[in-house]
Amino acid sequence: MAADHPLVRLETLALIAVGGFAGSNLRLFAMELFADVPSIVLVNAVGSTVLGFLVYEAEYTDHIGSRTRTVFATGFLSSLTTYSTFALQTAFAAGPLAIGGIVVANYGLGFAGVLMGRALARRLETPQPTGGETA
Amino acid sequence: MSASPTIVADALAGSLVTVDPDPAHIVGSGGAIGALLRYWVGQQVSSRVPSSQFPLSTVAVNVIGSFALGLVVLAGAGESTLQLVGTGICGSFTTFSSFSVETVRLYERGDRARAIANAAGNLVCSLAAIGLAWALVAVTPL
Repeated sequence: MAADHPLVRLETLALIAVGGFAGSNLRLFAMELFADVPSIVLVNAVGSTVLGFLVYEAEYTDHIGSRTRTVFATGFLSSLTTYSTFALQTAFAAGPLAIGGIVVANYGLGFAGVLMGRALARRLETPQPTGGETA
Repeated sequence: MSASPTIVADALAGSLVTVDPDPAHIVGSGGAIGALLRYWVGQQVSSRVPSSQFPLSTVAVNVIGSFALGLVVLAGAGESTLQLVGTGICGSFTTFSSFSVETVRLYERGDRARAIANAAGNLVCSLAAIGLAWALVAVTPL
């Protein structure tokens, strides 16, 4: 299985593009449902939680294939979440209180989401019944 | 059997004029482009600076994407340009999920100074990039 076979690389690119299409659409949907600032906070918190789960799941149990993880994370989750809109909202915020609120909400809920994803991944970590394999 | 080229061309031109793409299709297409560009930048940067040391590629996409978004918004681009380039390409090119996971990972492995530098650096550099975009738009005669 040559990972650098042109078809494998093309498959990865195609999956990332599809993930990017779907992720940005879900973000657009959130922006249509909610106000500007809360919708970005929401997608950033949710995306951080799911990516946190995926990354720590790789460390603890590793049930999900690494290529699936890369493609889903790079394509879908990273396109669902966004930094540029958050930065622009911060730059255009009216007054220090609004700036602080936007930064604290995005950073706070984003980091809290990663920790939640980590806690969830740890819950899945069960001792191997046979105990034959050690990592 | 086959339609004459002019008829086909007329039909094509007609459909191009009347086509009114759904915002979801414009944003989605931009999103696919942005995701591929981010993947490409990631490959380029991580081959030079190992991402385990410092997540430089995330900083790079976030700062470049913020600059580009600032440029299209401040230059007063039309609605479909904003959807394609702003929400689609820049929105997908930049990422918050990778940023927050990388920051937490730096912090929990003891690189607290780097974690804080990453959290502050992404914001300060992105805001500076928007400031630069603003300055560029301000001095460019339209």
